[in-house]
Amino acid sequence: MFELLGIPPQVLMGQLLLGLINGSFYAVLSLGLAVIFGLLNIINFAHGALYMAAAFVAWMLLNYLGIGYWPALIVAPLIVGAFGILLERTMLSRLYHLDHLYGLLLTFGLALIIQGLFRNYYGISGLAYQIPDALSGGQNLGFMFLPNYRAWVIVASILVCFGTWFVIEKTRLGAFLRAATENPVLVGAFGVNVPVMIMLTYGFGVALAGFAGVLAAPIYSVNPTMGEQLIIVVFAVVVIGGMGSIMGAILTGYMLGIVEGLTRVFYPEGSAVVIFVIMAIVLMFKPEGLFGRPA
Amino acid sequence: MIRKFAVGTAALASMAGAPAMAQDIAVKLGVLNDRSGVYADLSGEGSVVAARMAVEDFGAAEKGMNVEIISADHQNKPDVGSNIARQWFDVDNVNAILDVPTSSVALAVSDITAEKNGVMINSGAGSTSLTREQCHPTTVHWTYDTAALATGTGKAMTLAGGDKWFFLTADYAFGHSLEENTARVVEENGGEVVGQVNVPFPATDFSSFLLQAQGSGADVIGLANAGGDTVNAIKQASEFGITEAGQSLAALLFFVTDVHALGAETAQGLSLTEAFYWDQTDETRAWSERFMEIHGAQPTMVQAGVYSGTMAYLAAVEAVGSAEDGAAVVAKMKDTDIEDPLFGTVSIRGDGRAIHDMYLFEVKSPDESENEWDLYSQVSSITGEEAFLPMLEECDFTKQ
Repeated sequence: MFELLGIPPQVLMGQLLLGLINGSFYAVLSLGLAVIFGLLNIINFAHGALYMAAAFVAWMLLNYLGIGYWPALIVAPLIVGAFGILLERTMLSRLYHLDHLYGLLLTFGLALIIQGLFRNYYGISGLAYQIPDALSGGQNLGFMFLPNYRAWVIVASILVCFGTWFVIEKTRLGAFLRAATENPVLVGAFGVNVPVMIMLTYGFGVALAGFAGVLAAPIYSVNPTMGEQLIIVVFAVVVIGGMGSIMGAILTGYMLGIVEGLTRVFYPEGSAVVIFVIMAIVLMFKPEGLFGRPA
Repeated sequence: MIRKFAVGTAALASMAGAPAMAQDIAVKLGVLNDRSGVYADLSGEGSVVAARMAVEDFGAAEKGMNVEIISADHQNKPDVGSNIARQWFDVDNVNAILDVPTSSVALAVSDITAEKNGVMINSGAGSTSLTREQCHPTTVHWTYDTAALATGTGKAMTLAGGDKWFFLTADYAFGHSLEENTARVVEENGGEVVGQVNVPFPATDFSSFLLQAQGSGADVIGLANAGGDTVNAIKQASEFGITEAGQSLAALLFFVTDVHALGAETAQGLSLTEAFYWDQTDETRAWSERFMEIHGAQPTMVQAGVYSGTMAYLAAVEAVGSAEDGAAVVAKMKDTDIEDPLFGTVSIRGDGRAIHDMYLFEVKSPDESENEWDLYSQVSSITGEEAFLPMLEECDFTKQ
């Protein structure tokens, strides 16, 4: 039988697909980071904690209020997004005139606090969140068994990612947003309320993290450390894609998911570091990132 | 960080009318464990609750013993644990340190305990080195070790027809030692290991590794990892239909709090070995009910081990008449036949290894499970002699 690098093509196909699924999470999370960095110049270290918080919100909606997965997919990101707006109004907005580093430190502290609170109330073992009935089971694709839920993760993330890209890059609203980051005073002079726009952008970026959190709840353990483990990888994805580049973040997310998936077959021990090795190489040869514009 | 719980036995004992004792024995116990990290649910505050219950049930106050319990968070860091242990022995006059999960911390604390002639009654750590390569006359290893878990699960599943094993191994010392121990047991019982993959630690997505395990044609997928990693691996195995397709999962280190986190729906059919389960006998049920009232969750075997270890320790202190000489108290413990309400018949071997039965459990299906903590049905029991490794001659402190 024909083999590629000692691995049957069926297995390879399966691993590519799995990589794409993980890439979906990277893409949605790094997209949120890229939006926030591109438009607000804030390095949002609280992103992972907010992703985790949304998974918990989905669990709370189900267990305290009986609200199921589908409404939670909308409601939980809205709740977390609103919380993000609160953070932006009360804290982050005071830092815009300072160096990036202050925003990074503030959001890092917030991440630790949010994580600590969840750890205190819900413990460390995590909580169970079942896959919704409509998406349980799976398809036998011949080369692998694809759970329906994973297929949905790919579809949902692609829709959200490209929807976001379209709004920011191709619509009038997006044009205002981009203009406001270039020159807030001038855009304000045209009668656009820039602070409100910035606030809503941060809320939207956070809501994207929340969306990823709800998507993740049925397949990963809902526990306080789930964001912490992911956030560093996602930052590496953003750096590789180019800080602030929307399309860069999306494409790099999917691409690195696939690279990581393949590493798990060829050299599993290295799969946790492969993304950082790529990051180091990219920084050496193209410091602005694969899709970034030279500063 | 260090909380103090004066048990108030002194006040009780000195109340008017209390009979005068021959001597008042002062004992200070320190519960040193993870109060905020990955092992906080399986040890943590629950172990402190268990120790307090032991002091109460032992009737320390009535026996003229003044027992005080303090606790601290070692954060799973050997340096933090060592500093606390030194401070406890040197400044706070602690006589015995209890629990100490996380093998690296436990090994560091066991050395310090020996140096200071204190006592360590370990319940939470899994390393067999505590009673082998780094054995000390002041160490008692109460609840379990990785070898016992490997024997329990590895042997039972191989004999039940799981001939071919594939391991998902957490890529650090603990994972490799668990895999090695289990592979040995599997091969001794006529099984074979058809493959393994080293999974970086910690990991959230196991789908790729599970698919490799599925492709290997193994009967059993051995999960040589712990905590959140095992939870995620099991959750995803169920999602990818691996258990439905006929492969079984063996969790090699898994606690009742982890199963509770997964829920019976996902964890059903999983095999695992533990030294204690709350719903075994009338005595374990009664004790666990009291524990649950105080702590809000059922006890893990680690917390139960803290209770039983403390009981045995206090009995030995009473017999010796003082808690000052740690080695003497441990020698007395080794010299005593223990009938324990939670662990049954327990004897402590010359190397400090507590020998008691271990049990193989299977997680119930949601239909069989009557409430959120009704999780296990017992498949078989393994005698202590069979479960634990034989004693090393040089570690037999009763002969020295």
